[in-house]
Amino acid sequence: MSPKGIGALGLTALFQRHGQRHRLSLLQQEAIAGYIAILPWLLGLVFFALGPILASFILMFTHWEVLTPPRFSGLENLQRLAADPMVPIALFNTLFYTVLAVPFHLAAALFVALLLNVGVKGTNIYRVLAYLPSQMPVVASSILWFFIFSPTYGLANQVLSWVGIPPQKWLWDVFLVKPSLVLMAVWALGNSMIIFLAGLQGVPEVLYEAAKIDGANVWRLFRHVTLPMLSPTILFNLIVGVIGSFQIFTNVFLMTDGGPGTASLMLVLYIYRNAFVYFRMGYASVLAWLLLIIVLILTVLQFRLSRLWVFYEGEVK
Amino acid sequence: MSESAALVEPSGSGRQLASQSVRSRAGRLTVHVLLLLVVAATSLPLLYMVSTSLKPEGTEYDFPIRWIPDPPVWENYLKAFRAVPTLTFLRNTLVITVLSLVGDLLSASLVAYGFARLRFPGREALFTVLLATIMLPFFVVMIPLFVLYRSLGWVNTFYPFIVPSFFGGHPLYIFLLRQFYLTLPRELDDAARIDGAGFFRTWWSVLLPLTGPALATVAIMSLIFNWNNFTGPLILLNSRDRFTLALGIRLFSDQYRMLLNQTMAYTTMMTLPIVAVFFLFQKYFVRGINMTGLTGR
Repeated sequence: MSPKGIGALGLTALFQRHGQRHRLSLLQQEAIAGYIAILPWLLGLVFFALGPILASFILMFTHWEVLTPPRFSGLENLQRLAADPMVPIALFNTLFYTVLAVPFHLAAALFVALLLNVGVKGTNIYRVLAYLPSQMPVVASSILWFFIFSPTYGLANQVLSWVGIPPQKWLWDVFLVKPSLVLMAVWALGNSMIIFLAGLQGVPEVLYEAAKIDGANVWRLFRHVTLPMLSPTILFNLIVGVIGSFQIFTNVFLMTDGGPGTASLMLVLYIYRNAFVYFRMGYASVLAWLLLIIVLILTVLQFRLSRLWVFYEGEVK
Repeated sequence: MSESAALVEPSGSGRQLASQSVRSRAGRLTVHVLLLLVVAATSLPLLYMVSTSLKPEGTEYDFPIRWIPDPPVWENYLKAFRAVPTLTFLRNTLVITVLSLVGDLLSASLVAYGFARLRFPGREALFTVLLATIMLPFFVVMIPLFVLYRSLGWVNTFYPFIVPSFFGGHPLYIFLLRQFYLTLPRELDDAARIDGAGFFRTWWSVLLPLTGPALATVAIMSLIFNWNNFTGPLILLNSRDRFTLALGIRLFSDQYRMLLNQTMAYTTMMTLPIVAVFFLFQKYFVRGINMTGLTGR
């Protein structure tokens, strides 16, 4: 043992005697240190998360236009919610977008991840190029795609012309505006793709070997080995994807401002307008709570449904 | 192991096997072709952006698109940079990004250490709360936060983007770091304690220096988040001299939308640092996202 180690032993003895004299037990000291360590987060939780959620709940029952003091308005805001024709529109648009964007985004991300997982030469470069769009600042990509979707000179119509499809009006077309946004979401598949890749690399080799001995082809390997083993990762991406797409804001705010008409009016854009354009803070809080409740319900629902299709290793069915 | 499997980075068994299942030349060729199509689709918009940014005025609206700028006009970048107070935007963005980074790293590390290493009543319950808040939509707390910052006189200041970082930052950062602390051997703590270090000394001098890779991951996530953040600044910063780049780029495109080449130069300028950080620290990006994916397991 090194001289330092012997010294340490001596010190321990000293500390133990010291500790016995101390009022607090070691466990108590550890608990206090623990609370001190997490204190920054606890304070942050109260001031920047739980407090605001509670405040938002109280704001729901007030009429408040920022510049004048808030006044209690009872259920007025809730009645307004029930009567507001924009709410069903915003909800429909957001849901429509989510139902299209999440499956296409995830399917594309999984497809690319499967290709990358083969590990052909140059995989690193392929991975970088597929991943980059997801890291681009949303402001920058929104401005870029605004021009890509130009009906007269845009890249989107250029690509269509290569395959002989007539030019479209994209963001200026009531029926195409949401699919256009979906296209953007599919383009930014990088994060989900990397998570799928991580999931794929965790699939044990023996399973593939066993399946191949049983004569499985590539499709059956995918269907009966990869998919079940990957299902927890799919669930994770699905939940994150739904929560994310329900909060679509920056690109609609910058590219369409909800248009044409109300064809791309999304829930969060409507919350933003009420809060910071019309200064109806109370009503905006009602809408924010609506968002929270919807996201909660969808998340719980997905966890419930996941019991039917997600396979966890080590679980006995 | 097949020869090409040896060329790819060492990774889990899944990849090696997958490469065995697509062993035939035709199979590999198909994979190459499909991947080329994929990266063509993801890169085409970026190519369009860079190509347009270099076009001489008047040719950027040509249709069919002329992909090679003739001649390439690098001056577009200079003009775009000067058209709005870009240096001010850049300085503001850097102030927020750097200070917020310091706060995120320090506070998330300390909190993660508490959750990973110290035993205290209610720890599991509190950690569950932390996990739940990872998913909390920003727009739910946005309005009351605006009210809070307004009453503190923080509207049109950088405090709302810096101060919360010193209170744990994003819960995801805490989660990632905590997972990393859990992989460090307990013997380190014991040895430090035997040497007479207290809990916080143990954290600062022994464990924290070992969390470098995880800190790098969190640092990159924090940098990218603040560089790209748009919604917060949109709501809270209202005078030009306080604008960040994300707001500045919008200001530019609102004023000079007619100048497509310069607008594309501006978006390229804002994207380039991200690309640079990405190429320099690629493995930390991927690792961080891998770690977030672990929540699914």
